[in-house]
Amino acid sequence: MSARRPVTIPVRVEPGSDLPPTERSAVLESVNDNRSLQGALLPVLHGIQDRLGWVPPRAVPLVAFELNLSRAEVHGVLSFYHYFRQSQPGKQVIYLCRAEACQAVGAAELEAHAKQKLGVDFHGTSADGRFTLEPVYCLGNCACGPSLMVDKELHARVTPAQFDALVAK
Amino acid sequence: MQSIAENDLGTPECKSDLQVTLLIDGCEISVPAGTSVMRAAALADLKIPKLCATDQLEAFGSCRLCLVQIEGVKGFPASCTTPVAQGMKVTTQNGELAKIRRGVMELYISDHPLDCLTCPANGHCELQDMAGAVGLREVRYGYAGANHLDAPKDESNPYFTFDASKCIVCSRCVRACDEQQGTLALTIAGRGFDSVVAASQGESFMDSECVSCGACVQACPTATLSEKSLIEQGQAEHSVVTTCAYCGVGCSFRAEMRGEEVVRMVPNKDGHANHGHSCVKGRFAIGYATHPDRITKPMIRATISEPWREVSWEEAIAHAASEMRRIQAKYGRDSIGGITSSRCTNEETFLVQKLVRAAFGNNNVDTCARVCHSPTGYGLKTTLGESAGTQTFDSVMDSDVIMVIGANPTDAHPVFASQMKRRLRQGAQLIVADPRQIDLVRTPHIEAAQHLALRPGTNVALINSLAHVVVSEGLVKEEFVRERCEVDSFEKWRRFVGDERNSPEAMEAVTGVPAARVRAAARLYATARNGAIYYGLGVTEHSQGSTMVMGIANLAMATGNVGRSGVGVNPLRGQNNVQGSCDMGSFPHEFPGYRHVSEDATRNLFERKWQVNLLAEPGLRIPNMFEAALDGEFKGLYIQGEDIAQSDPNTQHVTAALSAMECIIVQDLFLNESAKFAHVFLPGSSFLEKDGTFTNAERRISPVRKVMRSKSGYADWEITQLLANALGLPMNYSHPREIMDEIAALTPTFSGVSFAKLDELGSIQWPCNEQHPEGTPFMHVGSFVRGKGKFMVTEYVATTEKVNSRFPLILTTGRILSQYNVGAQTRRTQNVAWHDEDRLEIHPHDADERGVKEGDWVGVQSRAGETVLRAQVTTRVQPGVVYTTFHFPESGANVITTENSDWATNCPEYKVTAVQVTRVTQPSAWQRRYQEFDQRQRKLAGQPLAAEPDGAPAR
Ligand code: SF4
Ligand code: SF4
Ligand code: SF4
Ligand code: FES
Ligand code: FES
Repeated sequence: MSARRPVTIPVRVEPGSDLPPTERSAVLESVNDNRSLQGALLPVLHGIQDRLGWVPPRAVPLVAFELNLSRAEVHGVLSFYHYFRQSQPGKQVIYLCRAEACQAVGAAELEAHAKQKLGVDFHGTSADGRFTLEPVYCLGNCACGPSLMVDKELHARVTPAQFDALVAK
Repeated sequence: MQSIAENDLGTPECKSDLQVTLLIDGCEISVPAGTSVMRAAALADLKIPKLCATDQLEAFGSCRLCLVQIEGVKGFPASCTTPVAQGMKVTTQNGELAKIRRGVMELYISDHPLDCLTCPANGHCELQDMAGAVGLREVRYGYAGANHLDAPKDESNPYFTFDASKCIVCSRCVRACDEQQGTLALTIAGRGFDSVVAASQGESFMDSECVSCGACVQACPTATLSEKSLIEQGQAEHSVVTTCAYCGVGCSFRAEMRGEEVVRMVPNKDGHANHGHSCVKGRFAIGYATHPDRITKPMIRATISEPWREVSWEEAIAHAASEMRRIQAKYGRDSIGGITSSRCTNEETFLVQKLVRAAFGNNNVDTCARVCHSPTGYGLKTTLGESAGTQTFDSVMDSDVIMVIGANPTDAHPVFASQMKRRLRQGAQLIVADPRQIDLVRTPHIEAAQHLALRPGTNVALINSLAHVVVSEGLVKEEFVRERCEVDSFEKWRRFVGDERNSPEAMEAVTGVPAARVRAAARLYATARNGAIYYGLGVTEHSQGSTMVMGIANLAMATGNVGRSGVGVNPLRGQNNVQGSCDMGSFPHEFPGYRHVSEDATRNLFERKWQVNLLAEPGLRIPNMFEAALDGEFKGLYIQGEDIAQSDPNTQHVTAALSAMECIIVQDLFLNESAKFAHVFLPGSSFLEKDGTFTNAERRISPVRKVMRSKSGYADWEITQLLANALGLPMNYSHPREIMDEIAALTPTFSGVSFAKLDELGSIQWPCNEQHPEGTPFMHVGSFVRGKGKFMVTEYVATTEKVNSRFPLILTTGRILSQYNVGAQTRRTQNVAWHDEDRLEIHPHDADERGVKEGDWVGVQSRAGETVLRAQVTTRVQPGVVYTTFHFPESGANVITTENSDWATNCPEYKVTAVQVTRVTQPSAWQRRYQEFDQRQRKLAGQPLAAEPDGAPAR
């Protein structure tokens, strides 16, 4: 209409209607398992991460809706615990040690190299979706640093070249 | 930033009968048990440093600045979270404490931009004050470490900014949004050094669930959250207590001023209706008062096709008076009338009805309450004996079951809704009776036990079936009824509602509400220790509006839910002074104080005081005035601050009536829709430009105070006074306080009210008289105002407005938070950022059937007219029902509403119109005519062709 300005009407979406089916069912299953608990939010978030390997931020509105909490409340709890991943992990997670003993034998250089090689910061996932880089503080392998762990496998005295070989596989 | 005028005692007041005495720094202090050490100290004027505590919020204990020493207690407890104990000995200041506090402050300051001199909070920053209070002299950590100084600003909200670099993560904003407002839009995201305040999931404030109430802005101790007006204008130098001019909650505010310029509005902690809270309208939407659209010079014209001519006040008033007299000479005494405003003060309303009765010499005075709560007046007067709600707002904190009928408090009465939500989060149960899924039905931490989603127009059927359950399941409070009510009327009513035809099962076909749900709701309400009913226009604006009000009163009486805190029958009245305008005698049949014009004693009282003869017969109601105008018998109308052309039903009928008159005098801030049909325009004053009082939905009379000179030269009461004098009725008030004195002298329920007492008490709930010198929080305690409560038989009669194959949907209308009524004010503020056009809510099922998608233009036709709106497809409405608001004149919502009305009071049936909805590509014929007429009238008044909100970005 001529006298009126064009405005975009925000489309009201039902919470969760934009989620991929796997995520949607993971959320609903986890909610149904835990709904009756006092303080159901933490167990629900754990349940989602157990099922999906992460808690997609886009799932937050559905979690909030189901538990009748605000999105902010869920976001606050989700972001408080580093344990919860808010991005999809790569196929493999590389845990790089940043603790003192490893630092003393070149962990910092390895860290810089790894970040550059994968093109990510800590907690990030490489563009090809293969690797996620996570810091850890001591892998109990202090005598043979710099240490890292891929899946459940420990690697000792890792040099940049060895790192490249590891991720080239 | 908190108010510049208020003192913060650190933690909320604690109510207890038990007093505890303790020693703080050697001073003996007695406070109620449960009070914090911090508050006890503050009450004795001993200031303990604090950052995360404020008396508006529960203690949190995070900043560790308020540590004290307590004899016999190890370590340094936080005074904000430590309750007092009998005989406790507290030390608030010594070397050890000073050292700890300085250490804490050092940490805060090492990560804070030290630009105090240019900071908007300068002068009232609590962080700065605390640095001074603890004697901070150096910051050993330097400023070079990791910090948040480059954190980005969020300026998305039109009224306030969030400057994260100044945030000390005290969480006061988060708690304000949770505890005070109840929206829970904020959180602290992350942990440790990474913690930041986040709106919803870390988006901008505008994209979050934030409703812009401003509670967080007020709670923030630093400049992180600041009003944009404060940033632009600088700190205020004085503040004046006044009352919000928007809704019937009647929030008390401190207008913070620089000279005659309002810097910001801060809700008053001492405000009895709002306790320091507000909504987006009252706090922020005041830009209309200085909007360039405001007309400040009187204007006249002979016909509405002529351009307006600016004239002097003398000429305008003389012209208006002579026109009114000419019309009366030609068409008779009853050919003119007046309409009072529910937006103006009590004093102004009183003068308009006095002018009509005493100068026009007839009783042709009516008010916009005709179109909203006239059934409340009628229904409650008949049953309980007084035309007003029975409680204070605070009463809700004692309710165990809350029934909300046809009201949408989170949009229309937001501050009261926040209080109600607080009570619901504490565990009170909720019943909602509304065709739509209003927000209250399910919102974080709140879920209605029962949502009775009835079909529009079937209220009475529903209330009768609720009553049926009470009567047939033995839930009547027999003792209460026997002692307090007319037994005959009760027995008659009991037989009536007890009849099988009123059972939930029988009524299910009518209301559409499953009988089991009605039964559950009735049991819940009737068995509650305290059950309270809150209702709105969804009750009154029906063909059986008055019947429904009486049905509600019946139910409350039968269950003993009247006469104490936590219970009652509570109409949520729409406009700031709609209660007051009714109290002040705005109806054609009633003098101030709801006394019929035919009562000789009352009339004689007024005749003696005013020295004129008054008519004993009621005058014309608004719809009768329109009828008479169309019949050629009604030719002159004085309208103070109301826009009947937009707000009254069946617009085309109204505008035809207005076009048939010879002299319409409009007194308003803007060239409103009615002014486009006027012959005299008298520029009025905003609430910031006058003294007086407003009366809110809980009968609370609150002061309105002048903070700036009138832009037009006169306050509205002065204009009425000029007109009265020109008509030969002497009025010589020098201040509204003298008008209030006259009201008090003439009205028994107001006899104890005066401006001096208002100054002393802050506000007063009427009746205020010899028996209740400080006012009356609860009505009908011990006995009803009319003596015995009267039950009325409330037979359900279906409205004649029925769906059929031509008009298969029911349209119902309502409000939205950011806009107010006809929108004359809020449309001229940046509140349009939230709502800039009225839309039609339609259920996906009905939309699909018509091929309508989100955002499509749809035509809405009724038997009265047609308009075009954009569709919003949502399950908030049930299939078969569509819904819209009427804040924008071009939407023409009232082009479609019909002239059907309440049988007793003529209150229009806004809530039920049978319509058809179709997809269209162009505006309706009415809208095209409207646009053309609007443009022409703007030109004739020399106004810009399209209204733009104050300071809104060009689109
Ligand atoms: S303005 Fe009100 S609703 Fe918005 S975040 Fe602040 S407290 Fe919450
Ligand atoms: S924005 Fe203000 S109130 Fe909120 S945490 Fe930061 S400093 Fe405290
Ligand atoms: S709730 Fe009503 S009275 Fe209070 S600030 Fe908002 S509009 Fe004004
Ligand atoms: S420090 Fe790296 S493994 Fe222990
Ligand atoms: S004021 Fe007590 S811990 Fe912050």
